[in-house]
Amino acid sequence: MAQIHIDKESYDVKNGKNLLETCLSLGYQLPYFCWHPALNSVGACRQCAIKVFKDEKDTRGRIVMACVEPVSDGLHLSVADPEASAFRSQNIEWLMTNHPHDCAVCDEGGSCHLQDMTVMTGHAYRRFQYPKRTHHNQYLGPLVHHEMNRCIQCYRCVRFYKDYAGGKDLDVFAAHDHVYFGRAKEGILESEFSGNLAEVCPTGVFTDKTLHTHYTRKWDLTMAPSVCQHCSLGCNIIAGERYGSLRSITNRYHEAVNGYFLCDRGRYGYEFVNHPSRIQHPNVRGRQVSGKELYTTLQDLLTSKNWIGVGSPRASLEANFALRKLVGDQNFYQGVSKVEADLLQRILHMTHSGQIHQPSLQEIEQADLVLILGEDPTHSAPRMALSIRQAVRNIPLQQTASTHIPAWHDVAQREYIQDTKGPLYIAYPVASKLDELASYTLHDHPDVLAAFGFDLAQAIGDDPLGDQNEPTLLRNIAEALLKAERPLIVTGTSLISHNILEAAWAIAMALKHQNKNASLSFILPSCNSAGLAYMEAEPLEVLMKSAKQNGISGAIVLENDLYRHYDALELDQFFESLEDIIVLDHLEQPTTAQATVTLPAATFAETSGTLVNNEGRVQSFYQVYMPKNEDIRPSWQWLTELYQIKIGLTPDLLYPSTPLLEELAASLPQFAGIGAHAPTFGLNGQKIPREPHRYSGRTAMLAHIAVSEPRPDQDELSPFSFTMEGSRGFPPPPLTPYYWSPGWNSNQALNKYQIEVGGALAGRHAEVNLFAMASTIPYPTKKGGVNQSQSVIQNATTHTFELLPITHIFGSEELSGYGDAISKLAPAPYFAINKQEASRLSLQPGVDIHLRIGKQTYPLTVQIGQELPAGCAAIPYNIPPLTGITWPAQGTLIPTTP
Amino acid sequence: MEKPLTQYINPNRPALHLKEYERVGGYSALRKALTMAPKDITNMVQEADLKGRGGAGFNTGMKWSFVPMDPDIGTKYLIANADEMEPGTFKDRLLMEGNPHQLIEGMIIAAYAIQANVSFIFLRWAYKKAARLLEQAIAEAYDAGYLGRPMGSTGYQLHLHLHTGVGRYICGEETALLNALEGKRATPRLKPPFPQISGLFGRPTIVNNVETLCNVPHIVNNGPDWFKALSNSGDAGTKLYGVSGRVKTPGIWELPLGTPMDQLLEDHAGGMQDGYRFRGALPGGASTDFLVTEHLKINLDYKSVASAGSRLGTGTMVVLDDRTCPVGFVHNLEHFFAQESCGWCSPCREGLPWTEKILRSIEDGRGTIQDLEILEQHTIQLGPGRTFCALAPGAMEPLQSALKYFREDFESHISQKKCPWR
Amino acid sequence: MHIDSILSEQEIAAIEKEVAKLPMPKAACIEALKIVQQHRGWVSDDSLQLIAQHLQMSTAELDSVATFYNLIFRKPVGRHVILLCDSISCYVMGYEKIYEGLQRQLQIGFGETSPDGRFTLLPNACLGTCDHAPALMIDQDTYPDLKPEQLEAILNTYP
Ligand SMILES: Cc1cc2nc3c(=O)[nH]c(=O)nc-3n(C[C@H](O)[C@H](O)[C@H](O)COP(=O)(O)O)c2cc1C
Ligand code: SF4
Ligand code: FES
Repeated sequence: MAQIHIDKESYDVKNGKNLLETCLSLGYQLPYFCWHPALNSVGACRQCAIKVFKDEKDTRGRIVMACVEPVSDGLHLSVADPEASAFRSQNIEWLMTNHPHDCAVCDEGGSCHLQDMTVMTGHAYRRFQYPKRTHHNQYLGPLVHHEMNRCIQCYRCVRFYKDYAGGKDLDVFAAHDHVYFGRAKEGILESEFSGNLAEVCPTGVFTDKTLHTHYTRKWDLTMAPSVCQHCSLGCNIIAGERYGSLRSITNRYHEAVNGYFLCDRGRYGYEFVNHPSRIQHPNVRGRQVSGKELYTTLQDLLTSKNWIGVGSPRASLEANFALRKLVGDQNFYQGVSKVEADLLQRILHMTHSGQIHQPSLQEIEQADLVLILGEDPTHSAPRMALSIRQAVRNIPLQQTASTHIPAWHDVAQREYIQDTKGPLYIAYPVASKLDELASYTLHDHPDVLAAFGFDLAQAIGDDPLGDQNEPTLLRNIAEALLKAERPLIVTGTSLISHNILEAAWAIAMALKHQNKNASLSFILPSCNSAGLAYMEAEPLEVLMKSAKQNGISGAIVLENDLYRHYDALELDQFFESLEDIIVLDHLEQPTTAQATVTLPAATFAETSGTLVNNEGRVQSFYQVYMPKNEDIRPSWQWLTELYQIKIGLTPDLLYPSTPLLEELAASLPQFAGIGAHAPTFGLNGQKIPREPHRYSGRTAMLAHIAVSEPRPDQDELSPFSFTMEGSRGFPPPPLTPYYWSPGWNSNQALNKYQIEVGGALAGRHAEVNLFAMASTIPYPTKKGGVNQSQSVIQNATTHTFELLPITHIFGSEELSGYGDAISKLAPAPYFAINKQEASRLSLQPGVDIHLRIGKQTYPLTVQIGQELPAGCAAIPYNIPPLTGITWPAQGTLIPTTP
Repeated sequence: MEKPLTQYINPNRPALHLKEYERVGGYSALRKALTMAPKDITNMVQEADLKGRGGAGFNTGMKWSFVPMDPDIGTKYLIANADEMEPGTFKDRLLMEGNPHQLIEGMIIAAYAIQANVSFIFLRWAYKKAARLLEQAIAEAYDAGYLGRPMGSTGYQLHLHLHTGVGRYICGEETALLNALEGKRATPRLKPPFPQISGLFGRPTIVNNVETLCNVPHIVNNGPDWFKALSNSGDAGTKLYGVSGRVKTPGIWELPLGTPMDQLLEDHAGGMQDGYRFRGALPGGASTDFLVTEHLKINLDYKSVASAGSRLGTGTMVVLDDRTCPVGFVHNLEHFFAQESCGWCSPCREGLPWTEKILRSIEDGRGTIQDLEILEQHTIQLGPGRTFCALAPGAMEPLQSALKYFREDFESHISQKKCPWR
Repeated sequence: MHIDSILSEQEIAAIEKEVAKLPMPKAACIEALKIVQQHRGWVSDDSLQLIAQHLQMSTAELDSVATFYNLIFRKPVGRHVILLCDSISCYVMGYEKIYEGLQRQLQIGFGETSPDGRFTLLPNACLGTCDHAPALMIDQDTYPDLKPEQLEAILNTYP
């Protein structure tokens, strides 16, 4: 602690911080541009000028930049000082000399950091009389729009994209007042984190291109706190709507999860919500049916048959539970294959053993050694890859301690550590983006990777620190693991390999035996894989068998395309064997094509729900807006109604659902305590408004339909109102729909929601983690060992290959893949083998082939993946048309018919 | 009058090669230095009060003393700053073209004093002849075992590389120079940490001006007292003074520090050319304040020039005559500075082009009285501490003094709506 | 003729010599740009890519460096590059007359290349020849104490 004096007030503040973050945390209105809490200080923009004084008596003082000046005990400083404040205003005037006067037509307008800072400094009138310099803009792909003339050269974009996220293709060019931020040549931005540029850039240079197509000012959006649906990490997001379409996703800060940044799948995946093939109305055997007729049809169906329910790893706990309740515990199945279910079950056993720690992303950033076994986080859990990038800097950064370079001094830190990196070991079948940071990479068959893991566990057990052992690669890695203070092992289900999981576990356990607590992070397939697995239902294989045996004639499928989990022909047969199939989903997809009844399900933006992420964290997303069509309803609501119909209520007697989360907790003990993660009520006895107080056009926006203002939608169930009315306080973090504070219209208003700038959000009252809660599931003590999978093709003479599923950030995940922008970025379906294999089969890269998997044939394009083992081929996981496959899978090349 | 730096420099004869240099006592200082403890050399240079000749005038020995001397510290670097791009400055060129071995010897001693094993000369691109001569001299020094091999009983050895730049004045700023040497954009770095702690590639590094380093062998050979006695003033040693502009014999001379300005202009530069009158001069390169007629008597040492409101800077003077428009003169300077801003910090990147544009419009007869106010504000707002490095504050020095001494000339441009000199 | 699709052996040898002096290959990128420019006159997009590959850095990162420095030419230049000093001492001594002379003789202004591809004319900050102003440089040669009437003879020595 240090005591500092700001404009005659005294404060006790933390040491080790810079004066800008300190002043902001204390509530001072101090403008800045180049500083960013996650990117630290470089002192470039010169906007945060304050005055510091030698002592109490010094009246002249000197101007310094607050972001690069450390807190020191007894310091006297002034924010209000006339010279400092004149300089701040002058600095804005300089920045505005070349900034265009296009606020009215700029996407950033109204949520613009530059606008806020300009107003804050009081610069209002223009004295610069000369022409402005202009630049050409670049095409940067479908995600990010570029408008260089608005640039104020704060360098944040390159510092985020290149320094923080490891991007290679965005940089700063030229010098003096010609500096240009963009790519060497026009083209699609390569980083998976490019969308953050829109939030990091304080002006409208980089903006969200998908928002561009249906642009709405921030103040005109109806917004709700939400949770990303596109991978298992559960990043916190803000979703905004206008005119019945979802318009944008922005980052919602969570100190332990996503911090300040999202991946591009998470930011742009939302477009499926507005997709033209959204299911709009209930459909019974090809006919649109509604109202009473629908209910009588459903009543007939539900009371006359034995139904089973198929749950979904991408649907909320509430929806899955509603289905379970509808069909009964015994008839509820996980809508995933047996391998996937078993993998998840095994992971739950591991997490419940109480032996290992499941790290948050924040903890991952603090790891001082990372071992990735059988995953490529950049594609399967992208935001985690960004955290791993930060972790790799951790060890080298510790060396700067002796130089007294403060933690916030970004350039000096980077300069001092240069290219040194902390230990990162990657074992994955193909090369990955993180390989460039790795101290060691192993590309091979999953079983070989697993064997490497077991050997490593063995080496750890053998006490490699004893000097009788010769150093070998394994011993070196084992030694590094033992020396690390916060080692982290990342694994997961992507390769659909038990051996991989067991190997990761063996390493963690070996470390444990040496009294080292390693964290073990599991990457799971979907946003609610953990939640669904927790419901302990049987997988698809069991479902099919029992359907046959028990004379099941109807299946209700919840928000799930089963063809992404299981063999297409078997599914076809299964559906054939049923009389009726009810499918609830958002979009037409192969499973809905089998349905006799489809019910339009609200997306995450049109309803609320709860998910369990890969670390067991329970989080809720909230409805953003009412689906404009009354036929579109939340799945949990449909299912509750079906339940009521089934138990004999007539349509007019249907009653609203009870809070399902409470019921879930009551009926399944493993969910006890769930629901405490977010308050279920508003603020100060009022609802929390989803619309900012400047929301405009409310009386006019529907005037072309009716001149009277329609009654606003009512929200009985959530703590939110659908309008701008309600409490204007600071809602607790899980219920924060947007960031705003007087004078801070841009996302930088977030500062005001944090206890200290860059730190935890104020008012977080409880975190619920299912994994951390004491468990009754006993941990099986079986010792791991590679059980060589039968399918490895040792003898590379055939046309049959063992297939390796390669997950891709764009395309492998179902819902985001429907988006316009993201679908443009998905790879074309490929068939990758190594060069020797290719020449053995006389296949040139780029050639089209046909691959038979099971009984299906897929057209694919040949690629060379030099690191692939003989007998193995990589194909993109679940990128259409490559669905309908039961994994593990083999594929046989079939001669192309001319 | 002793002229240690230039005694063996004769523009009409080729530079001394190694053998000739050794014959006149070259590398004897190095031999002596190697018998001394590194720290003692640093102390000696500090005691001699050798002030940095690159412009800032910081005590060189003191600068070296900040380098960590822990034997396990790893690689350290010594760099000779031979970027010399400050307009009006051409002194280091003489030293490198005239006697390259003197610089190399100075570098080896300096590197030994801080126990650096790798050194660089950062030379500006335009100095083709200097580059050629330095290459030769470095090769000779390698052959003779002064470089690249352990020397004598100390086991100390140094590598020396020549790096030529590819333009940009900012490369002369020592931290920007480090970035340039690392193959990066030459934007300056934030201090602290100073290069002595984290410099080239994050290692302890000393950057010294060529002239500074050339003084080192002489101090080691002759001692601090001798060095102090060379000067006419409180500042020790000699200085290379240069004069350019409309004087009869522009050139460069090694004179005792503190030589009076009129003596330099009259006795050495031969006075003004016929038909031209002296109006003022930038005493130490483009980024120093004007001195005018009233200052002609002052001694050109660090303190006296400072008390006259300017800086000794590089000691190379640019003269403004009465037939050159002071507004045009300053515009030319600000054009240079605006072009050479690295683009890193806002005030410099945006403020300098604005001043340049105003000066251009005044020069073209389109200026207003409010423009003068804006210029004046810039001279304050682009001052030290407000910008990231010293480039913009340096750029404001000639402007602020021009606004003071030549205000009527600015005003007459505005009132006559044209340049009176055109 | 240069084969633009690969770096020549001489280029690689010269670059490797520089790389050897430094702790990491990409630190030699400015030297590499200079070397390639020496061989090819300028640094084309293709050359840029070759250098970047060779030094294991991204093209954008290399271009960021290349475009910072004014003496790395990212556009084609003439066979000879004239750098005319336009800084203060040359200004005082009348570089503008020299500039006019060059414009008249070559029919080009700053930043332009003569139609016959012989000369590119560029302004340059102080050449360090202030005591012999005005001055200019053509390729490796410096011409001090210039008078406009000398220009023709000087230019004629550059084919
Ligand atoms: C914009 C700028 C340009 C500079 N250019 C040079 C230069 O060309 N040569 C030089 O020796 N010092 C130059 N300096 C000063 C250096 O930063 C540094 O102070 C000097 O090299 C230190 O050497 P010294 O202590 O021997 O003087 C420049 C400083 C600034 C701010
Ligand atoms: S593009 Fe945006 S983030 Fe990048 S320098 Fe310009 S204003 Fe800053
Ligand atoms: S925020 Fe402090 S200088 Fe940019």
